[in-house]
Amino acid sequence: MSTTLTYTADEMMAVEAARRLDDGTVCFVGIGLPSLAANLARRTHAPRCVLIYESGTIGAKPTELPLSIGDGELAETADSVVPVPEMFAYWLQGGRIDVGFLGAAQIDRFGRLNSTVIGDYDHPRVRLPGGGGAPEIALGVRDVFVMLRQSPRTFVEQLDFVTSLGDRVRVVVTDLGMLEPRDGELTLTRLHPGVTVEEAQEATGWDLRVADDLGESEPPTDAELAVLRSLRTKGSS
Amino acid sequence: MPILPLSDAVSDFVRDGDTVALEGFTHLIPHAAAHDLIRQGRRELTLIRMTPDLAYDQLIGMGCARKLVFSWGGNPGVGSLHRLRDAVENGWPAPLELEEHSHAGMAAAYAAGAANLPFGVLRGYRGGDLPPHTRVATIECPFTGEKLAAVPAHRPDVGIVHAQQADRRGNVQIWGILGVQKETVLASRTSIVTVEEVVDELELVPGGIVLPSWVVDAVCLAPGGAHPSYAHGYYDRDNDFYVAWDAISRDRETFLAWMKRHVLETADVAEYRASLEEHVAA
Repeated sequence: MSTTLTYTADEMMAVEAARRLDDGTVCFVGIGLPSLAANLARRTHAPRCVLIYESGTIGAKPTELPLSIGDGELAETADSVVPVPEMFAYWLQGGRIDVGFLGAAQIDRFGRLNSTVIGDYDHPRVRLPGGGGAPEIALGVRDVFVMLRQSPRTFVEQLDFVTSLGDRVRVVVTDLGMLEPRDGELTLTRLHPGVTVEEAQEATGWDLRVADDLGESEPPTDAELAVLRSLRTKGSS
Repeated sequence: MPILPLSDAVSDFVRDGDTVALEGFTHLIPHAAAHDLIRQGRRELTLIRMTPDLAYDQLIGMGCARKLVFSWGGNPGVGSLHRLRDAVENGWPAPLELEEHSHAGMAAAYAAGAANLPFGVLRGYRGGDLPPHTRVATIECPFTGEKLAAVPAHRPDVGIVHAQQADRRGNVQIWGILGVQKETVLASRTSIVTVEEVVDELELVPGGIVLPSWVVDAVCLAPGGAHPSYAHGYYDRDNDFYVAWDAISRDRETFLAWMKRHVLETADVAEYRASLEEHVAA
């Protein structure tokens, strides 16, 4: 990249994801970038966006980004706090949630994710934390948004383990651009400013398809950056 | 239902080889009880927990566990659990059998246990690689023919949770993030609840739940007993400790020295907390 950026790759990712959340969207949010994106949306164009954290906090309105999905402020600001079995049974399986954010250690061209192991399951090279809520989020929400930094180690030809399916993955926002499923395969549809197609292809472990109508992301506005930076006071990423 | 010292409750109720669930979903994690299991040298435990984090990293690293039943094992917002990884990847200090589920599956298994049903049912576990490695079966809905997942109910020998308050008769109140606290107590053959405070009368808090004394086998006073997690209304999560744990736990010797100083050589939660403050002062 030759242009001098006044924002970071993480901020571009958060902005790109936030812009895709319509006002009133009910989102199942994880910690880190998804939380940043959903809170940005709620403080800009989508004030009625409903944030649900898997700890059972429905309609949380944190003033700073939580370090864990169960921080006390989420419960204090929530419209309702429900037990975890109810969260998964009534609210997720019950079909009440529009958008679910997921991340992972690996993704394939079908939007399937691995957050379980690197290597063989019984004798792993790296034991990752595991699926947590992901397997049912991937099947229980209307639209899955994936947020993941793009590299050949992460965007792989062959997953070591399938933790969750890709059927409902609608968009993958990366530090380089955006991928969307076209004819069943994740396709590069947008690049962030200053990123080339070649860079995106080099950061992908499979032969990356590029959309004919490839577009470019609008850089973050000053207003978006101001909100993002005010949210990051806790110092977590 | 007596109010017991925690060390007595652990020695009275937990046997080597038992299946034990210590729950608390980011909130009210019963660390003090985990420390007593470690001090008393419990072995061959099957440990159940949705989100094994620091307490389970300590139990596993100290050789208390034979098997782990879980759905997400990490240090939230920080990274890996190094003792869990060392046990799974290298068999240190002992091999650890895993029974892995999703959160939805674990939640359904607790709810089924509380309801005295043999299994929980959910729309889940579809298409991924986990089913051949865990205990899940496919059943057919007798009314619609839909294929659903069945997970065996959790029925721990002992369920242990932390809560904010008990009254002198042993009724327990929990508020804030409720996790699977109620399901754990009701699914378990016996249950131990550690509390921040014993009060004369419970004052009901909005969003709070009460577990009546007659479903709890022991209430133990353990103020600060959820540290480094938090107790809503009492103290905040010690985020710095979660970050610091990464370096403490990464190396076997550093971990063992830390456990000796702060857990094995302390008698209870008060001494443990005091030892951490001395550590910071030094």
